[in-house]
Amino acid sequence: MRNRRVENLLIKALLWLSAMGVSLLLLAVAGYVCFRGAGNITLALLTEEERFLEGTAGLLPAILNTLFVIAASLAVVLPLGVGAAVYLTEYAKNRWLVGAVEFAAQVLSGIPSILYAMLGALVFCRRLGLQKTLLAGALTLAVMTLPTVLRTTQESLKAAPRSYREAALGLGAGLWPMIRTVVLPASADGVVTGCILAAGRVVGETAVLLYTAGLSMAMQNFSGIQGLLHASGTTLSTALYVYAKERADFASAFAAATVLLAITAVINLAAAAVGRRVRRV
Amino acid sequence: MSEPILLSARALDFYYGPVRALSNICLDVPARCITALIGPSGCGKSTFLRCLNRMNDLIPGARAEGSLTFHGREIYARGVDVTALRRRIGMVFQKPNLFPMSIYDNVAYGPRLHGVRSRAALDETVERSLRSAAIWEEVKNRLRRPALGLSGGQQQRLCIARALAVEPEVLLLDEATSALDPLSTARIETLLGELKTRYTLVLVTHNMQQAARVSDRTAFFLNGELVETGSTDRIFSMPRDRRTEAYLTGHFG
Repeated sequence: MRNRRVENLLIKALLWLSAMGVSLLLLAVAGYVCFRGAGNITLALLTEEERFLEGTAGLLPAILNTLFVIAASLAVVLPLGVGAAVYLTEYAKNRWLVGAVEFAAQVLSGIPSILYAMLGALVFCRRLGLQKTLLAGALTLAVMTLPTVLRTTQESLKAAPRSYREAALGLGAGLWPMIRTVVLPASADGVVTGCILAAGRVVGETAVLLYTAGLSMAMQNFSGIQGLLHASGTTLSTALYVYAKERADFASAFAAATVLLAITAVINLAAAAVGRRVRRV
Repeated sequence: MSEPILLSARALDFYYGPVRALSNICLDVPARCITALIGPSGCGKSTFLRCLNRMNDLIPGARAEGSLTFHGREIYARGVDVTALRRRIGMVFQKPNLFPMSIYDNVAYGPRLHGVRSRAALDETVERSLRSAAIWEEVKNRLRRPALGLSGGQQQRLCIARALAVEPEVLLLDEATSALDPLSTARIETLLGELKTRYTLVLVTHNMQQAARVSDRTAFFLNGELVETGSTDRIFSMPRDRRTEAYLTGHFG
């Protein structure tokens, strides 16, 4: 009796310690970045490009490039990933094919991004002639995040209650009407989660963009098809690399890191809000 | 028996992969009657029920042999429009399986699925279906509230309303009251008695008293075979087969 109480207390204390340790570590990292970065963030830094003559840094191009890369890669990976997941989970009859694709996705979601960087540089930049552009970077990132989106969507589709499916089919719904009205809404959570994970990886990815998207810090022109096709330059993560490693400008690097952190937080909050709204429907 | 035969099985066999779940079933279901399928767990009564609107199609490896007809047409023939079949033969499941939507949207789901867009027509169908399922008075002031906030018994009546909204001819009930308390069960049994004037009902039940109370005809299944079928009065008072008598008197099951 006594032993069990001691054991309970001990376990509880250990669990509390690891929870505290993790929270402290995470807060410390975020806090340190903000502490070093926040002081250097000025309105000019966020709203201008860098000026060599005056020697001022400017992150606006990197911020816009980051948003462009997120939007472009999600625009490619979402329809592809969700579409493939719906086909594999709901339609595919060939169990062997499904198993092979699932296994491949599992393996691909674990390989280092530098391999995707190489692939992107060879296929998108050279073979398809996109050169070093944000578009080539976004496409490479779409390929890289495809397994994540595919798997999270598949898992949530499989978790959609069988009772909903039966109810819909019992009322005379065909396969697609059932998927559209019942299964997809029930698995919106998973799709949103996949999106957050994908966007998170895109925001944080550096290697792929170093290889494929160029390192210009200048303002890009996103107007028109030509602009979208040819824009090229740093995102926040590669700008951070440039500031820290090539210019030893740590003030600007930490400022970029802080902005990166803020964007990631906004993406997460927005995704959570969207998830709540979709679930209520 | 004056009512025409609506559903008819002749030498029907049904397999789940290599396992034979039904063998040589011959059974007629007359229109506007309540037919009860009884028998111990695993005897094939639910399998037979799910053959009638091909809900078994969802299970990989499931297949039927022999003849099963609805209005004289083969249910398992190639080219049958399964969605149209299920629209005419609705189903209510063991556990209430409402969608996570409002009460109104649950009932309107079927009609919308089949192309009804007009607001007035939907309103009318929803009210008529809820009245038919004897739940209108309880929910008429909260049609926009989530359906999952209702009690279990109300949810099951709402499931019946949702099934009625697509105007089926036949309603299959798969142990539809087994998850409910006695009062809710009694309300649904009363409701079934009212519904049989307009619909053909086939229900699977574990509850023999329920079969005796509500049904006009009873079919007793055992080990995938149909042992005996006839009018409920006759089955319960003078079973012809010794196995039927043993089951009804509680010797097994």
